[in-house]
Amino acid sequence: MLLEVAELAIELAAPGGVQRVVDRTSFSLAEGESLGVVGESGSGKTMTALALMALTPEGAHVSGSIRFEGRELIGLAEEEMLKLRGDRIAMIFQEPMTALNPLRRIGAQVAEPLMLHRDLSKREAEAHAVQLLARVRLAEPERAARSYPFALSGGERQRAMIAMAIGCTPRLVIADEPTTALDVTVQARILALIDGLRLESKMAILLVSHDLAVIAEHCDRVIVMYAGVIMESGPVETVLREPRNPYTLALLEARPRPGAPRGARLRTIPGAPLVAHEHHVGCLFAGRCALTIDRCWTTPPPEVIFGAGHISRCHRAGEVGFAP
Amino acid sequence: MLLYVGQRIVLFLATLMFASLIVFSVMQILPGDAAQTMLGPTATPEAVAALSHKLGLDLPAPIRYARWIGGALHGDLGMSYAYGSPIAPLIASSLAVSAPLALMAMALAAVIGLAAGVYAADRRGRAGDAIVMGFSQIGIAVPNFWLAILLVLVFAVTLRLVPAGGFPGWQDPTRALGALILPAIALGVVQAAIVTRVTRSAVIEALNEDFMRTARAKGVSRRASLWRHALPNALTPILTIMGLQFANLIAGAIVVENVFVLPGLGRLMLQSISNRDTLVVENGVMLLALIVIALNFVVDIACAAIDPRLRASAA
Amino acid sequence: MTLAARFRPRGGLSLWLGAVLVAVLIAAATVSLIWTPYPPTAIDIPHKLAPPSAAHWFGTDNLGRDVASQILAGSRISILVGVIAVGIGLVLGIVLGLIAAFSKGLLEDGLMKLSDFVFAFPALLLAIMLTSTFGPGVVNAIIAIGVYNVPIIAKLTRATANGVLSREYALAARAAGRGPIAIAVDHVLPNIAPALIVQATIQFAIAILAEAALSYLGLGAQPPQTSWGKMLADAQNVLYNAPRLALYPGVAIALSVLGLNLLGDGLRDALDPKLKARS
Repeated sequence: MLLEVAELAIELAAPGGVQRVVDRTSFSLAEGESLGVVGESGSGKTMTALALMALTPEGAHVSGSIRFEGRELIGLAEEEMLKLRGDRIAMIFQEPMTALNPLRRIGAQVAEPLMLHRDLSKREAEAHAVQLLARVRLAEPERAARSYPFALSGGERQRAMIAMAIGCTPRLVIADEPTTALDVTVQARILALIDGLRLESKMAILLVSHDLAVIAEHCDRVIVMYAGVIMESGPVETVLREPRNPYTLALLEARPRPGAPRGARLRTIPGAPLVAHEHHVGCLFAGRCALTIDRCWTTPPPEVIFGAGHISRCHRAGEVGFAP
Repeated sequence: MLLYVGQRIVLFLATLMFASLIVFSVMQILPGDAAQTMLGPTATPEAVAALSHKLGLDLPAPIRYARWIGGALHGDLGMSYAYGSPIAPLIASSLAVSAPLALMAMALAAVIGLAAGVYAADRRGRAGDAIVMGFSQIGIAVPNFWLAILLVLVFAVTLRLVPAGGFPGWQDPTRALGALILPAIALGVVQAAIVTRVTRSAVIEALNEDFMRTARAKGVSRRASLWRHALPNALTPILTIMGLQFANLIAGAIVVENVFVLPGLGRLMLQSISNRDTLVVENGVMLLALIVIALNFVVDIACAAIDPRLRASAA
Repeated sequence: MTLAARFRPRGGLSLWLGAVLVAVLIAAATVSLIWTPYPPTAIDIPHKLAPPSAAHWFGTDNLGRDVASQILAGSRISILVGVIAVGIGLVLGIVLGLIAAFSKGLLEDGLMKLSDFVFAFPALLLAIMLTSTFGPGVVNAIIAIGVYNVPIIAKLTRATANGVLSREYALAARAAGRGPIAIAVDHVLPNIAPALIVQATIQFAIAILAEAALSYLGLGAQPPQTSWGKMLADAQNVLYNAPRLALYPGVAIALSVLGLNLLGDGLRDALDPKLKARS
């Protein structure tokens, strides 16, 4: 097992106390597998992703266990973590415009991890960078390497970011909303590129997104997060076709559906999403959930197993119907 | 890049012309008849008129302006009546003292300011930051001529390490530099304080940018990301402010040169102003304007060299 | 809470320390109007260059004058120059800035370009030229420093006023037919007040420094008026004999300027966090 996360919890200091932005989160990822992390804003998905690279903001307290290639990452010395970042674990960010250094040429930025981790000279690394840019299907890779970020389009910049991430053939690539900031037409191509690269190099992908369709198409398994807690997890077709958690169901129902009759109102989830909880006794979704009962407020929901790694945290998991 | 530089050169020359017009006009407006002042209150009107004519002071303004500019381009700035000698060499020799002084002060300010500012930004919110900011507040509040006097007191009077004043000339570079060290420190400290503050806020802004996280995600250490990624992005506002500050540095030099009795441009200006040596003052002020404008031009070019987006905006 | 964190919220340490120092300055000036230990100009040659003692807290200078009294009296000039120079800057600057903001077009551009030019000119140089031409003295020093303040205030006024004018309530007032003066008084001034107060405090500090420099050069306050700058010039003459004389006026200047700067920073944090552009 490439990555094993157990009881991950992340606390942030906030005015008025401490907030748990991620709690009791456990999942695993095998080599070459693709795991989707879906949830609304504030669900803790990005924070989880950052924790895997020990890049959580200062003042965040991370507890639990993150085992990568058998090694415990929580508490690992920074010098060791530096060697892993960009080499064995890489990350692709959401906003390629701001995530790239505006003052440096693309080629130099793509070459940087190579120089850091493979001990290549600047010339060698930059030559290699051009090859990487070609691999991510950038037209005229030499020109792109010589360009500055502002001269490229959004899609091209994201390809460059991907090139930057895969340079050292990492075992795990974390993609945090890689296509959210891009045009719809470009999104599909970027995601296809990531898929292709994954299959070529057998990289594992952790794909963080709020878009269920993206997850459905590009992931093997999925975990659904709400307010820092995993509500449901399992193989992607099973979870999305036969959800066993009211939150997952609500997410599915909230999407506009092409076949729906004209004028039909969009289903929304009542209330506002919970960002983090200070201390919460029962289920975090209680009150917004259509199936709420008394027990939901007082007792944390149990993990109910539905076979083949499909788990749901709900008191009434068995009663959740299919999406109409 | 070339296009940008070209545009900047044009702007530079235009501003220079504009400045010369303003300097010239202001000098004309100021009361006092130069010829009268030179000859003193007892001079006869005929003598005054004769001198006026000889100096070309009775010509119409545009012609005098043209003669001035034309002469300047040939290195002829007219005559100082107080010294009875050509102005150009006077100014040149005063620059030989002031220019190195200003450069030393600016270099000192840059080195200290950048280092302290980066340090404070790195340690933001912690004790190190507070200490640096505290020192910078004090640095700004201390009058530079007072600092100069204190430096003289400690290093010249008490420790006798360097001379208390005067300038021995450049024949002996070591001694010359020794005479400039204290003044440079006195001038540089205030500038260092200002550079520290600007650097700190610019670096903090850069640290909050997304690309910093990307750099860390690639395995760049905190220290390296600070110097290789944050600082270059912070340089543009820092350089711009340093350029603007240079004018204040020059003003400060006027007073500091007085403390150390240095025969620099500041001292020359002061004496010429009190001597009513208008021509020297005019040329001196023009020179100062030229230096300030030229420096800002250099800063513009430097910023464009760092930031490719500025170069692109020229197109 | 970290030590530095105390600098940040609601003005905090800056505001208090600055307010205290400025209060001391004002108190010194006020007290000196009615009482000083000795008349500041009283010459007493037999007791010249005396070290600090019970009779003379800071000692005496090269003419036997009591230093403590001089320090107190010097604060008067500093405050006088600061208040009037900044006052000139405020009055003229606000008027010009408002004219620029309301008139738009060429007039606005022209005024701002002119402001830029004066602004770029070092204050001290301007002041030296003016005082040398028109003669030394406090009045001319005040005018010179005041002139320097005008463009700074004008630019700030115009920038902030433009921001205010583009907001809805101002547009509504204009639509309702209210004249520019009414709009200026009712809407613009209250909104630009915080920024102006902060800037005025900082300009005050600059004015004190400029006045001290001018007096040091002999272009500011003339005898028998007492000025800290002049005290420093005198002290320099006897530097070898009585170095301590250089300390008192310098510390006075530094503390006053420091106090005003801290007060300005603190006010900026307290009055409007949005003003804190880059801190």
